[in-house]
Amino acid sequence: MNSCPLPHRNFERVLMGHGSGGRLTQRLLDEVVLPLFDREQVNDHHDGATLELPGGPLAFSTDSFVVTPIFFAGGDIGKLAVYGTVNDLAMCGAKPRYLSCSLIIEEGFLISDLRRVISSMAEAAKECGVRIATGDTKVVEKGKGDGIFINTSGVGEILRSSKPQNIRPGDQVILSGDVGRHGLAVIASRQNFESDLKSDCQDLSKVVLEIIKSGFEFHCLRDLTRGGLATNLRELAVSSSCGIVLHEQTIPVCDSVRGACEILGIDPLYSACEGRMVLIAPKASSSLLLEFLSGHPCASDPRIIGEVVQDGRDPLVLRSEWGSERILESLMYEQLPRIC
Amino acid sequence: MRYVDEYRDPTLVQSEVHHLKEIVRRSVTVMEICGGQTNSIMKYGLQDLIPKEIELVHGPGCPVCVTPLELIDRAVHLALLPEVIFCSFGDMLRVPGSQSDLFNAKAQGGDVRTVYSPLEAAQLAEAHPEKEVIFFAIGFETTAPANAMALFYALRKGLKNFSLLVSHFLVPPAMEAILSSPKNRIEGFLAAGHVCTVMGYEEYLPIAERYKVPIVVTGFEPVDLLQGLIMLVKQLNEGRYEVENQYVRSVRREGNHSAMEIMDKLFERSDRIWRGIGSLPMSGLRLKREYQQFDAEEKFSLSHIQANEDPDCISGLIMQGEKKPFDCTHFGKRCNPENPIGAPMVSTEGVCSAYFRYSRKSGGATESAGQ
Repeated sequence: MNSCPLPHRNFERVLMGHGSGGRLTQRLLDEVVLPLFDREQVNDHHDGATLELPGGPLAFSTDSFVVTPIFFAGGDIGKLAVYGTVNDLAMCGAKPRYLSCSLIIEEGFLISDLRRVISSMAEAAKECGVRIATGDTKVVEKGKGDGIFINTSGVGEILRSSKPQNIRPGDQVILSGDVGRHGLAVIASRQNFESDLKSDCQDLSKVVLEIIKSGFEFHCLRDLTRGGLATNLRELAVSSSCGIVLHEQTIPVCDSVRGACEILGIDPLYSACEGRMVLIAPKASSSLLLEFLSGHPCASDPRIIGEVVQDGRDPLVLRSEWGSERILESLMYEQLPRIC
Repeated sequence: MRYVDEYRDPTLVQSEVHHLKEIVRRSVTVMEICGGQTNSIMKYGLQDLIPKEIELVHGPGCPVCVTPLELIDRAVHLALLPEVIFCSFGDMLRVPGSQSDLFNAKAQGGDVRTVYSPLEAAQLAEAHPEKEVIFFAIGFETTAPANAMALFYALRKGLKNFSLLVSHFLVPPAMEAILSSPKNRIEGFLAAGHVCTVMGYEEYLPIAERYKVPIVVTGFEPVDLLQGLIMLVKQLNEGRYEVENQYVRSVRREGNHSAMEIMDKLFERSDRIWRGIGSLPMSGLRLKREYQQFDAEEKFSLSHIQANEDPDCISGLIMQGEKKPFDCTHFGKRCNPENPIGAPMVSTEGVCSAYFRYSRKSGGATESAGQ
């Protein structure tokens, strides 16, 4: 019998924090999952894998969607399931082509809700120009699921290399818009808070394809999902063996998100987005990219928020307007509302 | 955003830092009481901005940090009872007990729920008469009125299936314990603005007088903290030891009468064990005898659950200002936010966690990247 690969007594069982996308998720992968696979074969450094095929490289990515509630301000689980995988493929510099769709549905789930979710998926797929080519449906007993879970996988043809290893000191970090909306919109829907917050979930593949087509140079793209801006940028910094320095006053956060974060004790830099990305690009092309994004409907107040450095004091550092610095760690657990 | 932006204004921060540099005349050791203040100091990098002569020592005002180990064990025990819905503020779920924590209790099938308000827990009890709903009522004077309100709701609705696991602490007895220690180095306090919003600051007057120590009631934003320090340094320069109020937008001398009234109706002062520090006389609150049926420790007979601290954790010394997190040989190594051996490494308000997150200088858990 194999011994338990988790060395610490705290982690004899999977906790919610193991799904947060932060350090605990990474530990679960490093200590339990990846050692049992052929590590060389698993690309765990980016949003998807690159498959070298005779006809040219393919990007391959997969994602599962378990959001509660399934309908929230600005989106739903169906839309998210399409955009999520499409965006992951786009972040690999690929044109998304085909998706698979697996549904795990709990007994008793309303057919009318299912129709709503699937219509939303079909609409989003059409918008993104991808075909849902194959799928699977399973039903689990009442109480053994949470309404509906969706997995989508996708393939796309790689048009331009986009990976953390391309990142170089001197590159600049461009953010496509304000951060934190999705995470707060879902919390607001879950808790029935009165709020005008809407999820930012949207397709990012079109804008990426336009950037590639226009010939703008970039080194790496990353969409800011679980763990938010801070966790995702830290991962890029660690993977590229460079440091990233961010300038706090340049990072846009809308007032609704700021207000909700202040009340709940949540840091917007760690709140999930579903329609924002960072572009790491050489300095020479960053202002052109910024100009291009400024006029694009998928971006909202894009900014250059920082730069890549050779030897940072830490992989990710946030510099305040008054000159102090602080480390931005990866998200440790789920973000927890504070006591007072 | 009003009441936030003006207190994080970079120009004002810089001018207050400049002012502080101008007036400081000698080395001083100052304690900020509240974990929220510690977190702001670390988050906004104030420690690196202020004059080197000012040593900031981080006080025991983090409710998560001072809740004793055995109470966490009792919470875990309750959370695993099949008939119980155990409700808590999010911060407490990760605090390690001697064997487990509430996150693990949840993973083992315990019905553990994060609530945003104590009232939510009372409403859950109303919605689930077949269940016993317990709320982990922790905190300082700040959270006590809201916890009392939840109990009032339960009383009004005649709920019999609602109780509180109480772990309430009071700030002034902890300040007196620190000041009367022979090892005390603290020359001035930044008192906790939120606590004083409820309690006012009259009870601090005799402390300032008795120990000849200046106290400034201070807020939580960078400008608040810098202004609090300026007021404190001025008092020290002038040899004054008064209680002053920097947090005037929230705190009145007499406090919030309605909040204090509701606390007094349900709670009474009692001895309390502070994690890492030990028992301090009359330093906490417990439910009055006539409300004992709402006291989860009585209702579920929990007194047999006892626990001892990990002897390697020096958090008590850190919270009394005798040591800094970097003085701990386990900091960032054996003890880190993923695997805390002491509570101050858990909460966002915990001093060790704040040091780890914002200004780690050495050690640290290994890190790799990936999705």
